[in-house]
Amino acid sequence: MSKLFSLNSLFSLPFSLKKGFSHGVHPPHHKEQTADLPIQRVPFVSRYIMPLGQHIGVPSEPVVKVGDRVHRGELIAQPKGFISTALHSPVTGKISNIGMHRYVDGSFRQAIEIEADPYATQQFVNTHNNVFNVKDMNIEQFIDAVQMSGIVGMGGAAFPSHVKYSIPDEQVITDLLVNGAECEPYLTNDHRLMVERPEAVLRGCEILRQKLNAKRVAIGVEKNKPESICQLKNYLTDDMAIDIVPLEVKYPQGAEKMLIKSIYNKELPAGKLPRDIGIAVNNVGTIVALADYFDHGMPLIERIVTLAGPGVQEPANLIVPIGTPIRDVLDFAGGLKEQTREVISGGPMMGSPIADLDAPILKGTSGILAFTEKETSRPPEYPCIRCARCLDACPYFLNPSRLALLGKARLFDEMQDKYNVMDCVECGACTYACPSNIPIVQHIRTAKDNLRNRKVET
Amino acid sequence: MMNNKDPKLLLQSAPLLRQELTTPAAMKDVWIALLPATAAALWFFGLSALLLLVTSIAGAVLTEWVFTDKDKRRFAISDTSAGLTGLLLGLTLPPGLPLWMAFLGGSVSIGLGKVIWGGLGTNLFNPALLGRAFLLGTFPIAMTTWGPAGGPGEFFQIHSSNFAWPLMQGQYDALSTATPLGLMKFEHETTALGSLFMGNTAGSIGETSSLFLLLGGLFLLLRRSIDWRIPAAIFLTASLFSLIMLLINGADSNFPSPLFTLFSGGLLLGTFFMATDPVTSPLTPRGCWIFGIGIGFLVVLIRLYGGLPEGMLYAILLMNAATPLIDRYTQPKIFGRKS
Repeated sequence: MSKLFSLNSLFSLPFSLKKGFSHGVHPPHHKEQTADLPIQRVPFVSRYIMPLGQHIGVPSEPVVKVGDRVHRGELIAQPKGFISTALHSPVTGKISNIGMHRYVDGSFRQAIEIEADPYATQQFVNTHNNVFNVKDMNIEQFIDAVQMSGIVGMGGAAFPSHVKYSIPDEQVITDLLVNGAECEPYLTNDHRLMVERPEAVLRGCEILRQKLNAKRVAIGVEKNKPESICQLKNYLTDDMAIDIVPLEVKYPQGAEKMLIKSIYNKELPAGKLPRDIGIAVNNVGTIVALADYFDHGMPLIERIVTLAGPGVQEPANLIVPIGTPIRDVLDFAGGLKEQTREVISGGPMMGSPIADLDAPILKGTSGILAFTEKETSRPPEYPCIRCARCLDACPYFLNPSRLALLGKARLFDEMQDKYNVMDCVECGACTYACPSNIPIVQHIRTAKDNLRNRKVET
Repeated sequence: MMNNKDPKLLLQSAPLLRQELTTPAAMKDVWIALLPATAAALWFFGLSALLLLVTSIAGAVLTEWVFTDKDKRRFAISDTSAGLTGLLLGLTLPPGLPLWMAFLGGSVSIGLGKVIWGGLGTNLFNPALLGRAFLLGTFPIAMTTWGPAGGPGEFFQIHSSNFAWPLMQGQYDALSTATPLGLMKFEHETTALGSLFMGNTAGSIGETSSLFLLLGGLFLLLRRSIDWRIPAAIFLTASLFSLIMLLINGADSNFPSPLFTLFSGGLLLGTFFMATDPVTSPLTPRGCWIFGIGIGFLVVLIRLYGGLPEGMLYAILLMNAATPLIDRYTQPKIFGRKS
């Protein structure tokens, strides 16, 4: 739907009177394709690939060797250091290889390859022997348990969750913020989770709130998901210190800082973490993974993936064992249409293109989207005419027009010193808004990579 | 299903979605917004206006063609920005101007106003106004000799001065008249607001009809093609400043009322179509306010104290020159940082 006249922006004020974040863009939601499709389970396939470094931080260390028989949910790699997490076998079978394997971006990475046992029941067996009594755990035990559960941020970043829960002694968490905004177009995996398992969402919230000693929980959900909001409210009881907060539908509402601004009306200072102002932020998927681990002993071995986009034969929301090759997941949904030109993992605004369909589904894969010629073809790039639409789009109030120009000239230092390029979270709103089709966020990524690498060298 | 390594797959990075507006489409909006004013120009100044517009557009487009890299020509012309510059320049010309001067003006607009800076998006000054400044400096008499506005009955009566040979000044047929601003300044004579509003006064062919310019400006504002802060700042400052001058100097001085200031001369044409040119105006919201206030202040100052009755041209060009500096000092406050 194209908006011909936008009176809204005409009368927008230079300062913000209302709650919520300023700027941002309104891409079409495209959620209708999968929003009403119940979550289905993907059947087991013959081969699984578990990259050791699929989270942010140090890659895990294998504790199995080739030929070992593993059960579904059994530990196959342990964390190496604190900012690292565990890996568990998604399937009962045999370790067939430990070596380099194609990763989604086309590079090769260390991975454990597991051959599924075709005769196994594939039933999850709780190998922990001890049933968790999460209530009596102290915070150190809780953090250790989360690290050994392999749980990472499920929204896409895949940052080990236990690191987030390790709060320095001098800091106090007052609020737990649960991110159910799901502002990326096409994706509905969080939505379906909230609709189908609201009790698990609320249970996870309560577990984490108690462990972090937070006073209240806020679950932020964009208003275009009324069913989610309604379901969560239905299961909410008076003894839970949980608020369901409907949010304005605007991209990037689900970005951590924007979410904090929208819900608490606080501006998180640059370079600070949410915990510095007493807030812990978690995705709904992560929260449900916590509930599943502490209630049923199930580590992170599967996740919900949205399969959508105009290039997919049968869009779906699927429970996929982590490590399943993307190609197998696509085959389950009838494969790709002939016209497919690009497949991406994650949402269309911040996701990354998939170079090899044999790469596996990862802990952070929220969606697999396929696009055709129509969405991927671009008009030619015109010069920047300084229309300032990117400035009006940037929720961080950066100057993308200037950054793109400096980036093209490779003036990275000026980008950092004068225009704070490092504050950019690469949400892509500027590039979405650019009428000249300038790949602004690309120039910014290049600059940030260069600046980071330079830091390592010196 | 695709073969093993999926060679057909693209690896374009996110975001994959784009909003629908493109730069050429944004230019088209300006063309559409100029239609009413162009129609008014033809109505009041007849074929002379048509010929002037065509020659200045031709001068602009041909210059862009000649001075652009061979393989980029088609692309450069296709965004229609050169044609737009020619049209804007044409609208600021007096009806009796020799056509060769209009052609030369269009050529200078693009050549010195745009191409030498590096093409679209790189120029510091508004190209059309730079062309007009050149014409005003080089042909002061031709550029300030105004014929009266006619009507539809006189559509085919062409000013003979239009056809002066190249490098010759024209022979002026009709009695030259003064523009409302000239009458105000030199003869202390006010023109009725109704005439200013409709446009049947002497003046540059595209600047006389306030009504039609306002229509175009409103269209651009609603389409969000221009930053509303710039016209708002110009109107507020110009009317406030001229009101103050009027109050200080008394009603019987030759200082005009705020409404006269807004509806006379090139103020509306300049405000909606030249000051708001995104390339030569500031990027930042605060910068747009400063830019507009500067223009509003300068235009009244030049009109009251300058040698010529009109000041919009230099007000905009001067603020164009200040744009990079304004941008530098009005960077928005970054989220999570202190100024």
